[in-house]
Amino acid sequence: MSRAASEAVEDAARQRPTGPQTGPPVAPGSTGPPGEPRRVAYLYVAPAMVIFAGFMLVPLVHGVWLSLFEWDGLSVGTWVGLGNYRDVLTDPELRAPFVHSLVLIIFFSAVPIILGLTLAAIMARASLRGSGFFRTVLFLPQVVAMVVVAIAWRDIYAPEGSINDVLSAVGLDSLTRAWLGEPSFALIAVGLVGSWVGTGLCMVLFLAGLSKVPRELYESATLDGAGPLRQFLAVGLPALRGELAVAMTLTLVAALRTFDLVYVMSEGGPGRATRVPSFEVYRWSMEAGKVGYGVTIALLLTAVILVLTVVINKVAEGDNS
Amino acid sequence: MIRGLRRRALAAVATAALLPLAACTPGSEGGGNEEKPVEDVATDISSVGDVTLTVWDQEVRGGQDQPLKELNAAFMEKYPNVTIKRVSRSFPDLQRQLRLAISGDNAPDVVQANNARGDMGAFVKAGLLQSLDSYAQVYGWEERFPEGVRAVASYSEDGVTFGDGNLYGIPLTGEMVGLWYNQAKLDELGIQPPETFADFEVAMKTAKDAGEVPIQFGNLDQWPGVHEWGFVQNEFAPREDIRNLGFGQEGSSWTSDENTAAAETLTEWVDKGYFTDGFNGFGYDPAWQDFAEGDGVFLISGTWLLADLEAGLGDDLGFMLPPVGESGEVNVTGSTGLPFSITDASENPDVAAAYLDFITSEDAMTKFSEAGGLPVVDIEKQSPTGTQADVFQAWETANENDALTPYLDWATPEATELVPTEVQRLMGGETSVDEFLGALEDDYTSFVEE
Repeated sequence: MSRAASEAVEDAARQRPTGPQTGPPVAPGSTGPPGEPRRVAYLYVAPAMVIFAGFMLVPLVHGVWLSLFEWDGLSVGTWVGLGNYRDVLTDPELRAPFVHSLVLIIFFSAVPIILGLTLAAIMARASLRGSGFFRTVLFLPQVVAMVVVAIAWRDIYAPEGSINDVLSAVGLDSLTRAWLGEPSFALIAVGLVGSWVGTGLCMVLFLAGLSKVPRELYESATLDGAGPLRQFLAVGLPALRGELAVAMTLTLVAALRTFDLVYVMSEGGPGRATRVPSFEVYRWSMEAGKVGYGVTIALLLTAVILVLTVVINKVAEGDNS
Repeated sequence: MIRGLRRRALAAVATAALLPLAACTPGSEGGGNEEKPVEDVATDISSVGDVTLTVWDQEVRGGQDQPLKELNAAFMEKYPNVTIKRVSRSFPDLQRQLRLAISGDNAPDVVQANNARGDMGAFVKAGLLQSLDSYAQVYGWEERFPEGVRAVASYSEDGVTFGDGNLYGIPLTGEMVGLWYNQAKLDELGIQPPETFADFEVAMKTAKDAGEVPIQFGNLDQWPGVHEWGFVQNEFAPREDIRNLGFGQEGSSWTSDENTAAAETLTEWVDKGYFTDGFNGFGYDPAWQDFAEGDGVFLISGTWLLADLEAGLGDDLGFMLPPVGESGEVNVTGSTGLPFSITDASENPDVAAAYLDFITSEDAMTKFSEAGGLPVVDIEKQSPTGTQADVFQAWETANENDALTPYLDWATPEATELVPTEVQRLMGGETSVDEFLGALEDDYTSFVEE
């Protein structure tokens, strides 16, 4: 790294133009394209690279190293090679958490994107009175710390919480239940909180995207006889490809790495009904004293997230060209 | 040229990242668990020079925090050469951070470690705690603390046997999971505090029929269910069995007739609606807060709630040991507060031991009692009033009868997570009695066989 940096400095010094020049600087002997010398770029990225390496790469490599050991976090670890990977991939108890996170993708990703699109389409068209207020309110959950969100919703879902109060008030007593206490509802209950948090973010992203669309396009669409829905599908939606990719990436990552909501709201329960991969990472490495095993789950989760984000971005770019 | 450079740069980063790792297997060898010979123990620590003693504890609640603060100040006054650096965190936070801290370079001298195999047991196994046997001899802790109190902080040197072996910690307080009741509600319903298990079931039925919540209970946090289960198990199973299961020692079985009867009884109570509606979706804290506000006739929980419950219910609050059931013995889930241990990394174990002796002295016990707590020893020297007197009486009875049974999630490293999860599933109707006991038996037998 330091060698690269010093070479870059030398390059930059050697190639700095000394007087007024007419054309782009061409490095003597360089066969590359004209323009700023490329190596100096390393100098520019060096500070970021150092931080990235120190706080991301090194821990990642260290994590890979730990995943090759059976280690209780205290005494000396035992080398097990790829044993942890084999165990994680064949552990039937770990399948449910990954399935749970797929369910959460619906609530964290699909629902907020659909709701966000709808809201953005409405808000971009109509000049609602107080739309700024609504925008702020819808975006607010994004600003609040997740732990606070989780604690608040834990009370809302409680047997004597607000949801059941409202249901009783309108005569739907038969529907009241301990939302977080029943295996068939707990995961959905957690997921809906994700929808609540994510919708505002998606809406704001899409609103920003829609604001770039020239008014004229809508006008000409109107002249062509397109209704509001048709206008949105033909004019608004295509303009949002980039924002959609961003929204999908952010919400998908949020869904897959969910920990705080589950940890605070349900401790993975009732039973194991709301356990998700990140919760398993924590449980194994911090509580059960199987650090290598927990880290292996974390690495596999990272790989899944990486692949999905790459796919999303490829798809978004691919359509562009 | 550029490609080559990039490759070199990448290689440099990769090597730099890997180099320090290649040589290091995670974890440390720990100390040799060497025990200091009795004759080398210095009890006069005023002559050891300036020493800073770092203490990690979880006594953040008012009732324990204040006396400990006073004791620390008094200790520093007595030994001006000693500075105590206290780090206190809530129990869950301490439990998580201790694992990292105790194996790190700047490990604290004195730590409050949870008795469980997953915590203290793992620390002993890794050689991170010092055996206190020599200090116990010098300071007379063997006479001061009853066997049951020492057992829950004792492990064999390899950390394999729990409940026996070297002493690794001494506690300040006692605790047990008994039956709290609301006297005003009992009067309303015309019933007495139940003396037998049958009485208790009648009392719950009476309460239910009168539209009251018989047992106030919130289990969203998963761990409280273990206390309800332990309460019922104490009614049926012999003490020895519960101890074997709780300490992870050979010779008992989860699938015994007594345990089956206990599990069936627990599910029966759920079916009859003896617990708060929707308990699995209701938090532990709101549950006892509701009880303190007069909602619910009984509450099965620990003595640590004394001050909080008394603040709400005042003279209406009562506490008793679990009524005697089928087993014919008084059994109560209980133990000591978290024991204070000395780390292997401590450079001044003599100072640390003197500190431990100081904060468990008779004066100290009086301080804890006066602050509303339950001191682990010297109960008879205190003069509690109100419900605290009930609690003290119950603690004395329990100790006289050797009635304490361990928390069941201590048993195996997996049990800490498995028992709460399985109890929650059983009480939620997700599993049958057989599946419940089978899951716990599998964990127990595979652990014992190892």
